[in-house]
Amino acid sequence: MSTPTKAPREAVIEVRGLCNRFGSQSVHENLDLDVYKGEILGVVGGSGTGKSVLLRSIVGLRRPTEGEVRVFGKDLLSLHEAERSLIERRFGVLFQKGALFSSLTVTENIALPLIEHAGLSRPDAEHLACVKLALAGLPLSAADKYPSSLSGGMVKRAALARALALDPDILFLDEPTAGLDPIGAAAFDQLILTLRDALGLSVFLVTHDLDTLYTITDRVAVLSQKRVLVAAPIAEVEDFDDPWIHEYFHGPRGRAAYEAATQRKEQ
Amino acid sequence: MEPTTITAMAGDAQLDTSSNPARLKISGQWTLVNYARLKLLTEQLAGKYDARTQIDLDDVSRLDTAGASLLVELLGSERVAQLADSATKLPAADRALLQTVYSSMRDFCVPVKAVEVNLGIQLLSRIGCSVDKLWQDTLQLLGFIGVILQTLARNFFRPKQWRITPVVAQIEQIGLNAAPIVALLTFMVGAVVAFLGATVLSNFGAGIYTVDLVAFSFLREFGVLLTAILMAGRTASSFTAQIGSMKANEEIDAIRTLGLDPMDLLVLPRVLALLIALPLLTFLAMMAGILGGAVVCVVSIGISPDMFISMLHSDIGVKNFLVGMVKAPFFAFLIAAVGCLEGFKVSGSAESVGAHTTSSVVQSIFIVILLDAVAALFFMEMGW
Ligand SMILES: Nc1ncnc2c1ncn2[C@@H]1O[C@H](COP(=O)(O)OP(=O)(O)O)[C@@H](O)[C@H]1O
Ligand SMILES: [Mg+2]
Repeated sequence: MSTPTKAPREAVIEVRGLCNRFGSQSVHENLDLDVYKGEILGVVGGSGTGKSVLLRSIVGLRRPTEGEVRVFGKDLLSLHEAERSLIERRFGVLFQKGALFSSLTVTENIALPLIEHAGLSRPDAEHLACVKLALAGLPLSAADKYPSSLSGGMVKRAALARALALDPDILFLDEPTAGLDPIGAAAFDQLILTLRDALGLSVFLVTHDLDTLYTITDRVAVLSQKRVLVAAPIAEVEDFDDPWIHEYFHGPRGRAAYEAATQRKEQ
Repeated sequence: MEPTTITAMAGDAQLDTSSNPARLKISGQWTLVNYARLKLLTEQLAGKYDARTQIDLDDVSRLDTAGASLLVELLGSERVAQLADSATKLPAADRALLQTVYSSMRDFCVPVKAVEVNLGIQLLSRIGCSVDKLWQDTLQLLGFIGVILQTLARNFFRPKQWRITPVVAQIEQIGLNAAPIVALLTFMVGAVVAFLGATVLSNFGAGIYTVDLVAFSFLREFGVLLTAILMAGRTASSFTAQIGSMKANEEIDAIRTLGLDPMDLLVLPRVLALLIALPLLTFLAMMAGILGGAVVCVVSIGISPDMFISMLHSDIGVKNFLVGMVKAPFFAFLIAAVGCLEGFKVSGSAESVGAHTTSSVVQSIFIVILLDAVAALFFMEMGW
């Protein structure tokens, strides 16, 4: 785990009083959350507690029923198209199911934002796309394949490569290591950490992977009872007085991940 | 010798050949924003320095993955590996980035482009491919029709396995919901045919035969043909899209692994529903078309409704109605078969769903018209 910067922390994402309802079902009630510049924030919660909905609200894909979401100090939904697009370019989003464009090859998927936003020529963009692919750990043989012929883990990697295409300021990852082999997942963690350190990324990381939580997150936010129950460094979250959190971190898997992480640090 | 300098506002690389050994000074922002220019710069510098050249990364102010990959290409991964260890003035984070990028690019090579082929050969090969595809498609369709008939026969004797609910649901969707549009469309075409007839036939003083024209054309041809074409556009496409997106989503595979048969579950209800709905709609179309003609006759050539009915009775045998009606089940079967088959041909992507939907509409309309022409010839020769 890396130490978070101690300087006065600048929030890149501020969520205030967020409510999300689908008909009579309420998913979030008065949810508050900050994501600080340069931190890796892990977001955990049981299945169906609204982690993906929270992510969609932050990136402006979903208008919250109530409440406010400010990214870089601006409310995305109240901006004009052009301004909004400028901010959205600073996002990299990895969707839970990858959301690769099925009519484009993997390389074209990654080259698309490079051509559209960075103004690269097609050959340059495809060249750089191959670099991103290599970074995300995809073999080059996958470069010219269509998403439908990739395995689940490869889709995740290709989607990560696309999310990283523009070297974004904020990276949103929705369960990125689900479906990856453990070696791949560990490499994934290291990659995120390296990129964060080098590029000063802020990372909003939805995950169920306890190893990832222990290895790379600076803070962990627990979504439960329709709000963020606690958002703090993992050591504090572990000791939070809530049965679900206790079960989560002190269950057999939680302990194993904790021990593995401490061992790794001692080496 | 003059130092080779290509200055850039933000990112820069200068080769200073005056000192010995030469020094390559890399500075500024090596980021995506400057990518196109830096790429040019690195291409110009390539080969102008050798292993002894000293490389100075101290003034690099910003580095991202795009810039790092350019550095790896410029300097080679071994050089970068050394630098990542030795360039101590570079922030540790940037060195880690360099390390990550070079290690992932080590076994990196640019994918080879496909070889250009002569235009004439391309043309020939495309023609060949299309002909072959047409042949394969025909074979596939015939095979699929066979499988449908087989499934139909198998299920016919097992009433317990009849899936009534999906059939009824499909009939509602493709029959009942299409009734208004079918009726409206054929009503208007009926009116148009009557207008044409009234204009042309009146010249010979035979305006009264407009009634025969409308009735003959709708009972024998237009009723069933218009309905079938509408169904091809409306229903074949929706069959393809429904089954195709299930295929793309691996739902068809899921059905198979559950030990179920997609033919039973998806195809048969659709085929049966269309087999029932299309004849009913055809009847509706015939009536609406004749009604449209009748309205024009009454309004513009002054044939009274009574006269219209009595002309129908005396001139138009029920044979004509049967000739039209008997084609409906055949059209229905083929439209449903093409729609479902194209759905099964979908492979993975959303684009493929679109392509096969288009293809199913085109094919089913083509087949309907072709079959209708053949049928017209047949009935004419038989004198029916
Ligand atoms: N478009 C939608 N319409 C209705 N309900 C939705 C929609 N999207 C999500 N939900 C509901 O919101 C809840 C949270 O979903 P989600 O954020 O996907 O969960 P998770 O935390 O597992 O990512 C679930 O109960 C889901 O049924
Ligand atoms: Mg989710």
